[in-house]
Parts: sequence; structure tokens; C-alpha cells
Amino acid sequence: MNPAIEIENLSKFYNRADKAASHTTLQEALANGLQKSIDAFYPGRRGKSCQRGFWALKDINFQVNEGDVLGVIGSNGAGKSTLLKILSRITEPTSGKIAIYGRLASLLEVGTGFHPELTGRENIFLNGAILGMGRSEILSKFDEIVAFAEVGEFLDMPVKRYSSGMYVRLAFAVSAHLQSDVLLVDEVLAVGDVGFQRKCLGKMAEVSGQGRTVIFVSHNLAAIENLCTRGIVLNHGRLCYEGSAKNAIKAYLDLQSSSDEGDGGKIDLRTTLKRAPGCQQLLQGIEVVGAEGAHRSAVVAMGAPLRIRIMANFGKRIPEAEVGLGFDSFYGLRLFTVSTVHDPAYSTGELYGEQQFECVIPGVPLAAGEYRVKVFVRSGGVVLDAVEDALRVQVAESDFFGTGRQPYGAFAHRATWSAICSDNGNVSSA
Amino acid sequence: MKSKLIIQPRAGWQPVLLSELWQSRDVLRVMVWRDVTLRYRQTLFGGLWAVMQPLIAMLLFTVLFNRLNPLSSDGPAYPLFAFVGLLPWTFFANSVTMSSNSLLSNQALISKIYFPRLFIPLGSIGAFMLDMLVGLGLAFAMMVYYRYPATSGILLLPVFALYGAMAASGVGCLLAAVNVQYRDVKYVVPFLVQMGMFITPVIYPISYMPAKWRPLLALNPMTGVVLGFRYSILGMPLDWPIFVVSLSSATVICFIGLVVFRRMEVSFGDVI
Repeated sequence: MNPAIEIENLSKFYNRADKAASHTTLQEALANGLQKSIDAFYPGRRGKSCQRGFWALKDINFQVNEGDVLGVIGSNGAGKSTLLKILSRITEPTSGKIAIYGRLASLLEVGTGFHPELTGRENIFLNGAILGMGRSEILSKFDEIVAFAEVGEFLDMPVKRYSSGMYVRLAFAVSAHLQSDVLLVDEVLAVGDVGFQRKCLGKMAEVSGQGRTVIFVSHNLAAIENLCTRGIVLNHGRLCYEGSAKNAIKAYLDLQSSSDEGDGGKIDLRTTLKRAPGCQQLLQGIEVVGAEGAHRSAVVAMGAPLRIRIMANFGKRIPEAEVGLGFDSFYGLRLFTVSTVHDPAYSTGELYGEQQFECVIPGVPLAAGEYRVKVFVRSGGVVLDAVEDALRVQVAESDFFGTGRQPYGAFAHRATWSAICSDNGNVSSA
Repeated sequence: MKSKLIIQPRAGWQPVLLSELWQSRDVLRVMVWRDVTLRYRQTLFGGLWAVMQPLIAMLLFTVLFNRLNPLSSDGPAYPLFAFVGLLPWTFFANSVTMSSNSLLSNQALISKIYFPRLFIPLGSIGAFMLDMLVGLGLAFAMMVYYRYPATSGILLLPVFALYGAMAASGVGCLLAAVNVQYRDVKYVVPFLVQMGMFITPVIYPISYMPAKWRPLLALNPMTGVVLGFRYSILGMPLDWPIFVVSLSSATVICFIGLVVFRRMEVSFGDVI
């Protein structure tokens, strides 16, 4: 296997003072005297003399082989963008060494080379040249780019009049047609409609199918699993997993569930940003009891029982308190709600102090997929506290019917069927 | 055989890699083309603005100085004398103003795509070269009008234009690089350009300057360029000592500007 990229001991130090220095005025500079201007002149020395910063990347070592499609996974601030920025030569490493074999093209926020006043045609030439395409290369790819972008009749219109979708399509088209050996892709798929996303993924698959190397950074774990052959996981600037894409995703999810928010599978709701506006902070936590998977997304088999525990703290006495869970589809459609007031065995009354509730759904009636669970507290029909998307439940395919067949639609529901004989007794034609 | 690129931290002074610049010359071409295309788009007079600036300045100075307090031009009619001086000066002033701000106005490019950063300030300077070319056409039209004979010195004009570009690149790249770190540059440049015009023999002949101030004139990189333009277009005699010192100064300033730019370039991506 030939290497495409070799990374040795790569580190990048960011000085927190850099942010402030970027908007220094001469007055401040004079006040700080010569020192600062010397520092500005010796960017390398600054990192050593002043340690008020952080390592965005620390001692990263890995190799990407020709034809690999590498997924880079990590939570925000893990160092993914810094890695891409160093690879695409936008910023320099503090130490370490990278060797890149062949031409590298990057799709970091496509369309940055576009100028709004120029037409689509002009921007293709402008952006193409900035990305490193020669004039003849652009000319030979021109029709292909226009066809891929589907801008057709708008080609000679300034791109400032384009819809944002058209703009992104054209920008992606230019970048994607750059002949390259290594392609860096960063979250470009977050924009555009579903059809175009599919097309972009197809283009990437085509690129990698031709034996070219792709480095793909995305939060879309499904896309990484589908497209990537290998994966690395970054955490706080360090490389903490390297292996197959599937295992990397697993390592990342494990890391997530172990690193944040409390113990075990419990999700802390005290400081969540998903609390509905104007709510009191009554709900403290939520947890799926005995389910597999990372805590943010509990996995339960279709038709299997689901036990959810809710922790709440009622500072003052709440009369007629009701606690409930709403199950929403990923597009926000309410599918069903379960609540304490629906259970005849539960006696609704006044609540006070710390309380725990356990809700048992004997058989999850949902078809395979991911669902969002909203948790709420009401008093006499008035919402006191509610957290949207407090928990995600991943319903996994199972042999729910015992026939090996999967349900269509949103719900999994059993039904009994029987054929009622008609007068002529011809059952088989019914 | 695939090319191999090594990325590692650079420290200290960097050479200006002419081979890299030459390889990606297409980028410079589109940067110039972009600036030229955009500058006069959605304007009423379009490309006419390219000559409007020195033309209006010439009319202004002709009326202001020549009527109130006649200035000797040491030969040709004052409007012709002033216009030929204003051509390289307008080029220099516009180039420095635009290129010193060019990195900031292309922030998005700098933080997303790699290409030789020098092309950003150089691109905006190249665009004003074309303006100057258009202005030259008008200068020749004026010579016909004044029945002023051309000399063989005209062949040297490209050399002086090159020196003008070097002076503009030096000052422009230096200011552009400093501007990334200190936004004060934006406020300093207009003064610099305004004062520069008074210590450059643009609207007056050298003889007008008191002798004790002439060394200042000589250190000014644009003095030599303006003198050179007048020599090659209007056939006016050169003041050799001032001329040579000034052109050397242009060379040195160009070198300093490019080298400082290369040195500070390393931190552009992080600081901008």
C-alpha cells in the first residue's frame, strides 16, 4: 500500500492572546511597547514564551493509504477543523511533520472563493483557478461542472441573485471537479436539499472508487459509516482511536457516553439548552433503564419493553402534578404521549421535594428508526417544565411479527387476519 | 510520479519562492481579472473611470496652481507635464490604498483556501497597471493635441512602469501584512498617500523644491518613476543623482516589503 498522507508528531498550539492581538490598535501596541511588535514578528517564539493557550492538536501520528476513505470523528473542539486547516495549509503546525503525496483539494466550506457580483460562469473560472485548476483544465470540465450544479439558464447571472441552494451546488461542483489525489471534505453536506446531498455523497463515492484518497469530517455518523473505510477519533486534540470506520464510530459513542454529563446512562437536564422558554427547572435528569447503546441514544428492539426513569426536584408543593413523555419523529411529528394521568393505577396528587418516576412501556410500538423523547411536568393542565429532545430512542429492527417481515410506516402494530370464505369458496383469489 | 509536499513549521525569514509563484501564476491572472471586472461593474461610466482620476486631478491642479501662482513646468505645457506625472502617481496611490487593505477584504479566502498569499496584494496592484495603460493612451492623445514630439526614450517606459510596480508592491505588501495585525494601517494610509504626493515631483518640477529638501525627494521611490515617465514620454532631462538614488530606493523597498510579507504570512491564517 502506498501512503497518501503521513503525519508524524503533529501538534498545534493556539495562543489565547492571539484573539485579542488580532484587533490590536496602535495605541495598545505603543502601550505594550516593543515587546508585542517583536512577538508579532516572531510567531514561533510566542508559543514558547507564553503558555496562556491550548493545544488544539497534540502528538498526532497516523498514516492514510492511497484509496482510503478516512472518516474523522470527534466532538466540537476535538481538533478536527485544525487538522483539516493544517492539511490544507491554511495554518501552520507548531511542531511535527506531514508528507502529502499528490495533489490535495479541499472542500472546506465551499464557495468561499466566490464573488457575489460575478456571474456563475465567471465564478467557475475564478474559483477554479484559486483552487489550483489551470485554465485548460477548467475549460475541459466546464460543461460537466454546469451540468452537475444544475444552474443552467442562470449561468450568466451574478451569483448574488442565486438561491442559496444554487450557490452551494455551483460551489460544490467546482470543487468536486478538481482533479486531485487527496480530497478533504468538511461538513459540506450540511447544506443543500436531500437530493443534492445524495448526489454529493455519490460524487465522493465515485472519487474514492477511482482509488483516490478522501478525508471526510462530519457529524453525520451514518454518512461516515456508509462512505468511509477507516476512521479516526479525536478527543481534546489527541488521537484516541484508529481503525475501521464502524469501530471508530463505536469508540466515539463510547467516549461520548463515558465523558459527559454524569454517571452511567443518566442525562443531566439541569443545564440543558433544550428547556422550553419560561419553564421552571424542575426536571433534573432522565435515563433509560437497562438499554444498550450510548446514553444520548438508547437502543431498544422493536416491540421490546422500554423503561424510562425521570428525576425531578419540586422546590415548592405542586398540586395535581402530572409527569409525561412525548415521542416525536425526527421531523418533529408527535407520535404518541404517555403520562401519569393516563395510568389508572397511578394516583395523581400533590408533589414536593425530590422525586423519581419510572415509566414502563410494555412494548415499543414504533417502527425501526430514531425518535426524540420530550419530557414534561404539568400542573392542572399548565406546563411547568418541558425539555424537548431530552432523550433519543433508537428502535432497532427485530422480528416483531415472528414472520421475518418488517412493518411499513411509523408504527409496528400486530393484527390478526383471517380469510372468510365466500359462497363459491374461492379463497385463493381473494 | 506523484508530487510530494512536506508541511512543517517554518521559522525565521522565508525566501520569496519565485518557482511557486510561477507555478500558480493563473491565480494572479484571475485576481487581476477579478479586480478589473469588478471595479467598474454597475457604474455609469465604466472603464472611463480609469482615466477620470488623473484627468480631473490634472484639470484641478492646472486651474489651481497655474492660474493663481504660475508653476514652471520646465518645458512642456503644464497640463501635459502634470498628467504624465499624475499617471504613475495615481497608480501608486491607488495600488497602495487597495493592496494594503487587500488581505482584510479577502479574509474568507485566507482562512479557507491556500494559494500564494502574495497574489492577493499583487493582484490589486496588477489591476491598476491596466488603468495606467489606458491613461497612457490619453497622454499620447494630449501629445498629439499639443503637437509635442515623442522621443526614442519611450522604449524605456516599460522599465519605469516596472519600477513603479516594484515601489507599489513593496509599500503595499508591507502595509498589507502589518494591517493583519494592526488595523491602524487603514487610517494611516490616506495620510501617507496624501503626504507622499507633496514629496514627489508630480505637480511641480524638481527645480521648484529647495535644494536642502532634495535628498528627501531622492529617497522617495516614486520620484525616479515620475522622472522616468517624463523622460521617456516627454523627453525631459533626468536629474541623474536623484534619479538613481530613487530607483535604488524602489528596489530596496520592494525587497523589504516582500520579505516582511513572507515572514508575517505564517500567522495570517491564525490572526486574521
